[in-house]
Amino acid sequence: MSTKRTNRSALFLPAMIAIGAALPIGSEALAYRVFVSNEKENTVSVIDSEKLEVIHTIKTGNRPRGIIMANGGKWVIVCASDDNQMQVFDAATYQLVKSLPSGPDPELQILHTSGNPLYVSNEDDNLVTVVDIFKGSVVTDIPVGVEPEGMGMSPDGKVLVNTSETTNMAHFIDTASLKNFDNVLVDNRPRVAEFKPDGSQVWVSAEIGSSVTVIDAASRKVLSKVTFEIQGITKDAIQPVGVRFTKDGKKAFAALGPANRVAVINGETFKVEKYILVGQRVWNLGFTPDDKLLFTTNGTSNDVTVIDVATEKPIKSIKVGRYPWGVVVAPGGEGAPAAGP
Amino acid sequence: MSEPARPGQAFGRVIWVPLTLSLRPILLALVIASLLSSGPARAEEPASAGSAQQEAGETNADGAGAAGAPAANAEKIRIVLAREIREDRLPPLSLLDIAPPDDGVAGAKLAISDNNTTGRFLGQEFVLGNVSSASKDELVAEVSRLVAEGVGFVIADAEPDTILKLADAVKDKDALIFNASAPDDMLREESCRKNVKHTAPTRSMLADALSQYFAWKQWRNWFLIIGPAEKDKLFADALRRAAKRFGHKIVEERTFEYDPGSRRSDGGFEQIQQQIPSFTQRAPAHDVVVVSDEGELFGDYFPYRTWDARPVAGTSGLYPTSWHPAVELWGGTQFQNRFKRLAGRTMRPLDYNVWMAIRSVGEAATRKKSTVTKDLIEYMRSPEFELAAFKGQKLTYRTWNGQLRQPILLATAKIQVTLSPQPGFLHQFTELDTLGIDKPESKCKAFAP
Repeated sequence: MSTKRTNRSALFLPAMIAIGAALPIGSEALAYRVFVSNEKENTVSVIDSEKLEVIHTIKTGNRPRGIIMANGGKWVIVCASDDNQMQVFDAATYQLVKSLPSGPDPELQILHTSGNPLYVSNEDDNLVTVVDIFKGSVVTDIPVGVEPEGMGMSPDGKVLVNTSETTNMAHFIDTASLKNFDNVLVDNRPRVAEFKPDGSQVWVSAEIGSSVTVIDAASRKVLSKVTFEIQGITKDAIQPVGVRFTKDGKKAFAALGPANRVAVINGETFKVEKYILVGQRVWNLGFTPDDKLLFTTNGTSNDVTVIDVATEKPIKSIKVGRYPWGVVVAPGGEGAPAAGP
Repeated sequence: MSEPARPGQAFGRVIWVPLTLSLRPILLALVIASLLSSGPARAEEPASAGSAQQEAGETNADGAGAAGAPAANAEKIRIVLAREIREDRLPPLSLLDIAPPDDGVAGAKLAISDNNTTGRFLGQEFVLGNVSSASKDELVAEVSRLVAEGVGFVIADAEPDTILKLADAVKDKDALIFNASAPDDMLREESCRKNVKHTAPTRSMLADALSQYFAWKQWRNWFLIIGPAEKDKLFADALRRAAKRFGHKIVEERTFEYDPGSRRSDGGFEQIQQQIPSFTQRAPAHDVVVVSDEGELFGDYFPYRTWDARPVAGTSGLYPTSWHPAVELWGGTQFQNRFKRLAGRTMRPLDYNVWMAIRSVGEAATRKKSTVTKDLIEYMRSPEFELAAFKGQKLTYRTWNGQLRQPILLATAKIQVTLSPQPGFLHQFTELDTLGIDKPESKCKAFAP
């Protein structure tokens, strides 16, 4: 699925012009840095979004999984699941800044829209832990279902949604009171919860249930269930995990695990419009901040597929470390992390 | 037993330990281990023999890891674990394989705890009761009494004939029996019962899982060694069927007659080192030695001792199983950790099979938002039912005989080697039905509409 270099530069020319216009920080700063956690290698691969190659590899703690940007793009926070903590790396120098506490086996984390605190799902003890990233301390724990995993934050910062893989629910949590106020049953083994950018809906992927449930955020009613059909692929192999929206909310991209495809879903009609062939066992997705490129982590094939969002075509696969798991793209350009998210 | 015999599975439970004493199983296991190593005598806790006993007080969420108390005013779903104490079982060949006294029980406790964590959000509470007896009739009588009192779900760790007796005793009631232990195809075929579901895989599923991997490895020629027990013959039947089904050839069969004598003694390997090579010599050319020794008389004596240097598989060496304590895939690590915290030991296949049965009830209760036995049974029979059980895909019950479809692990004693169905073995409906007796071949009539 990789494309030749010549094609790529042609595709990128308009993108580069657009970014250059938006960020007046010099031509060398056009590239974004893409951080990919490699679960089995204990590393994070750093990819340059312009060169589309790995420019650095960061050593991490054991079993790095969930990965996010924080502190206005200055930090990369990685769950080191088997070390029962999170690690904070400087996004520009790649140096370890500090470790943050979590509960046992942290898997996915999300920041409050204000930039602090951070909410982390601890897969091993049925808790969501709330962590102050600047003080480096645990604020509190919120009990949820068995094997908490997915974490979604409403754009207004008022609601946190956590999914529990064995309880099969999306737990709605009020970020002010830190109380669980509603629970919505979804299909088996929910992995990721993602709010639509306008905050109206939460989409929850169910890996074993082979669906994405669309929940109305205000009423918590299930609006629709997106299912998938791919010719030549058995239903059992279609296992949705990562879900990401374009900023306008018009399209959602869903990674379908061992089906080796990313589905493009219409954000309004909930219809699947396209399947994009990527690497093996695709789990998580990350857009560049300009929504031009989408990076996918392909666990079994040890690579990342780069999808051109406009054409919905894969343009390159980039070899990373072993069993790439999570991906996040830094907001700013090389050497100059942008101000705040 | 939950699978064809293989060390480390559901064998040799001769004791019954109350659920409430969490340290006792470990201590007892140590005591038994030392007793067994000093002579042929078999340990028994006096309380275990003979009489059926039910736990005084039922448990809803036991021990470590139970997340939160059930909601007040929760509606109860009562589940009973019925264990037949098999006193005729031999101790295993290896000291490592002595079954813990809470084999299966710990799996039940974890499932109840998992169900209750979810039940907390729905006002449902799951309660576990326990019945155990060495007498089939007593076990059946006690279970019948509990079903008459309103218990809807019975998880059986019992011999095949006992499972049939249990099923027939409650056949007019709103009750469902789960077979978590017996691999006998007969229970799903000619003797199938509509009120029995099976979470234990069948011998034919296990043999097919092995046979598919041999096809992938191109180990086409098998040298089959069969033990003297009736169940060894049944697994040999499944292996012959699997060989034919996937294009293999059994080049020779030999029956290994062997008097196990005392299992524990100061010595033994000196003679075995002579016996096994001489027993296996002058066999036609073969790729693999396949052993059927569910009775666990001799199987583990074969690896590294055969006349020709060949891998050993079947009930020893590379073996098929529903669960393995070293599986880490598909969220398995968290599942294993949760179990270890609760039980203080690793999870065995019987624990897993029991867990799947109780989780099936929990899953049905969650989806139906009901605690009514009839609703849950109906839902488990419907095509909507699916179970997530750390096997990388959803598991469903075969509609024609109540058998749970599931991928089968192939493993050594220490680690997973592969997972069947193997890539490339295709099926019209689900690849999981390439394992075991499929619908068109089924002899089960009880489920016909």
